[in-house]
Amino acid sequence: MHEVGIATSILEAGHRETERRPGARLMGIGVRIGVLSGVDVDALRFAFECITAETEDEKVVLTTEPCPRMNRCQDCGHEFSSLQSSPFSDAPCPRCLSTRTTFVSGDQLDIAFIEVEEP
Amino acid sequence: MTVVRVEQKVLNENQRIAVDLRRRFQEHDILCLNLVSSPGSGKTTLLENTLAAFRPEEKVAVLTGDLQTENDARRLARYGFPVQQIVTGGVCHLDGKMIERHLEPWSLADIDVLFIENVGNLVCPSSYDLGEEAKIVLLSVTEGEDKPLKYPSIFLKSSLLILTKVDLLPYVPFDIEAAKANARQINPGIEILEISCTTGKGMDEWRAWLEKRRSQHHANAGTAAVSG
Repeated sequence: MHEVGIATSILEAGHRETERRPGARLMGIGVRIGVLSGVDVDALRFAFECITAETEDEKVVLTTEPCPRMNRCQDCGHEFSSLQSSPFSDAPCPRCLSTRTTFVSGDQLDIAFIEVEEP
Repeated sequence: MTVVRVEQKVLNENQRIAVDLRRRFQEHDILCLNLVSSPGSGKTTLLENTLAAFRPEEKVAVLTGDLQTENDARRLARYGFPVQQIVTGGVCHLDGKMIERHLEPWSLADIDVLFIENVGNLVCPSSYDLGEEAKIVLLSVTEGEDKPLKYPSIFLKSSLLILTKVDLLPYVPFDIEAAKANARQINPGIEILEISCTTGKGMDEWRAWLEKRRSQHHANAGTAAVSG
């Protein structure tokens, strides 16, 4: 629902980073999106297309990298991802089968990189 | 083509404001709580009942967000505490800047507890840090018990789940134990309260929770003041 706002923030951040390199032109932005970020990847891609269409950013390519929920086993310390990109914590530890796990990550909404063309 | 590593949050600007708000709340020993739920789960009613139980000399304030109208602020202002409506004009969540702007007319020294009633929405508010000490998510028994599974992000980020309107349980097919299990599947450490503002059930536990958080917060603020 707020994907247009998120897409706008991504584009703004991309331009901010590009401006630090004199003469560079923004060509692509890579973002990491966690399964628990509250952002829908398809809606975000659609929003990004809409806000860049028929502007000078039309050719900017948005790359999205989905991130799973990572859990840590409270018994053996092993870190593992939830099954099938699920946002749930119910997957037992694959090493010791304990179900006592804590949340580590999966709510990312991060810019990983930009691609620029430099003179 | 050159690839440049960036490594920053998309909502960097909001995060910067939230960190600043959190520092100010800490400095003034303010417990800030961000209430989130679907529209109609009972955030305003819970706040009305909560404000009614505070003594008039206590320093409580409310910021309440909606897309349109000042209706909620009018309802909440009857209890004699400072209340401001944040009309977002269509935006589906509150962000740090809105909080910052609406705090301007108030002296933070005159606030001990600040309630933020977010826009009714389980999705977008989960992405925006408002500098709060804790998020509280409300789920009413007239909704589906699978909401924590459908909207996992907000249940993960909330410290407390309040199940509201529990006086209606005999009349609705809501499986309260399943709702709790679903919430714990997302966030095993989430605290859970059951409340009815109609019968008053659970209100003592809610006030006890608030007192516990206030004293914890006070102790932390004291430590920060000493070490800072």
